[in-house]
Amino acid sequence: MSINWELVWSSLGPLLTGAIFGTIPLALASFSLGLLLALVVALMRLSRNRLVSAVARTYISVIRGTPLLVQLFVIFYGLPSVGITISPWPSAIIAFSLNVGGYAAEVIRAAILSVPKGQWEAGHTIGMSRRQTLVRIILPQAARVSVPPLSNTFISLVKDTSLASLILVTELFRVAQQVAAFSQEFMLLYLEAAVIYWVICLVLASGQSALEKRLDRYVAH
Amino acid sequence: MSPTEPQPSDVPVPDEPLLTVTGLRKSFGHHVVLKSIDLEVRRGEVVTLIGPSGSGKTTVLRCLNGLEVPDAGVAEFAGELTVDFATPVAKKQVLALRDRSAMVFQHYNLFPHKTVLENVIEGPVQVQKRPKADAIQEARDLLARVGLTGKENSYPFELSGGQQQRVGIVRALALRPQLLLFDEPTSALDPELVGEVLAVIKELADEGWTMVVVTHELAFARQVADEVIFMDGGVVVERGHPDTVLRDPREERTRQFVDRLLNPF
Repeated sequence: MSINWELVWSSLGPLLTGAIFGTIPLALASFSLGLLLALVVALMRLSRNRLVSAVARTYISVIRGTPLLVQLFVIFYGLPSVGITISPWPSAIIAFSLNVGGYAAEVIRAAILSVPKGQWEAGHTIGMSRRQTLVRIILPQAARVSVPPLSNTFISLVKDTSLASLILVTELFRVAQQVAAFSQEFMLLYLEAAVIYWVICLVLASGQSALEKRLDRYVAH
Repeated sequence: MSPTEPQPSDVPVPDEPLLTVTGLRKSFGHHVVLKSIDLEVRRGEVVTLIGPSGSGKTTVLRCLNGLEVPDAGVAEFAGELTVDFATPVAKKQVLALRDRSAMVFQHYNLFPHKTVLENVIEGPVQVQKRPKADAIQEARDLLARVGLTGKENSYPFELSGGQQQRVGIVRALALRPQLLLFDEPTSALDPELVGEVLAVIKELADEGWTMVVVTHELAFARQVADEVIFMDGGVVVERGHPDTVLRDPREERTRQFVDRLLNPF
């Protein structure tokens, strides 16, 4: 098989545009919103109020128990039949945020529980409220523990954004499909897209290492 | 740092009770940990609680600091704060009780993600809203007092156990409490580091700080305590002057306990 280098170069521009204006902002926005949601859900899940905790548990169960593609289709293709029409981009962000929220909530909950009980007590004994202790004492320590598993979630999300092509969001994979259909060079274009996803994930992984190093400055090595 | 400095509004009156606790009771589920504990701590006095593990002595401290809410009992602080635990206790009252004391933990419980200095000023700045510059100055003075000058920017993991516990003590002092609570402050330390921590506590006692100390260090109790309370099974078995309780106890149970600590083999 000879490689059509000319097509590789000429398609690189559109593919990168799809990554820079589609995949990356979609992943960033969904991850940020999803993380906020996850923190709220994790705290609800840890609440002593049984109803609050049950709501969080049900949410996590539904998100983890149904395919992401189905969630995406329900929001984009399903909701219009009950009178709610959401355009592709917001649909994608909603679906991905909800998804990250479900998975990351369990990570954050476990990380909060991994901080020794004595840290809560030390916060209380110097007069801090529960909220103050959570924000200033517990979460910074939980953050350190949760970086590796949350990085996994983030990297999965970057690749999962390719599903948004199925609800008409112009992102990396959709561009690849279009160019492939036009040029009939399927193998080439899909491999090229794969390489770009891989490069994005490599950058993320190195960011993870740097962040871990920074957060590890206060533990013994 | 003199004991009057952290309590600027109160000139210590000798023999005036600072804390009076009556009928303190606490259960965890069906397990009764404290049956009915009475306790009086006078200003400037050092009270030590001794007893076998599970006797409830740590729970007494935790109740005084509001880390546990007792089922019943009345705590009265210097005649100006009374908390009756038999009635539903308002959160505000527990906080008021906690404000007046500071706890030093067996396992130090320093904040690992904060430097020594940050550990010490966290309470004064974040909770008591004192000016940061003042809090830092006071923290430096207190750290110098316990021999930790130069460690301000270290993280807890870089310190020995004895140094960490001295930071724990300074963190408590920086809150300017009226009462210091020590929960087995040397039990987690290597034997050769026990002395440096006890020396600091003794110095504070000599300066007139009021404190309740849960400890297994009988020699320390004998030297420093004004009163020794021996607890077993959630009740006070015997209390009195250290020379009496530790050398010539009235109760057989006290005698057995003291003997076992002095002659472990």
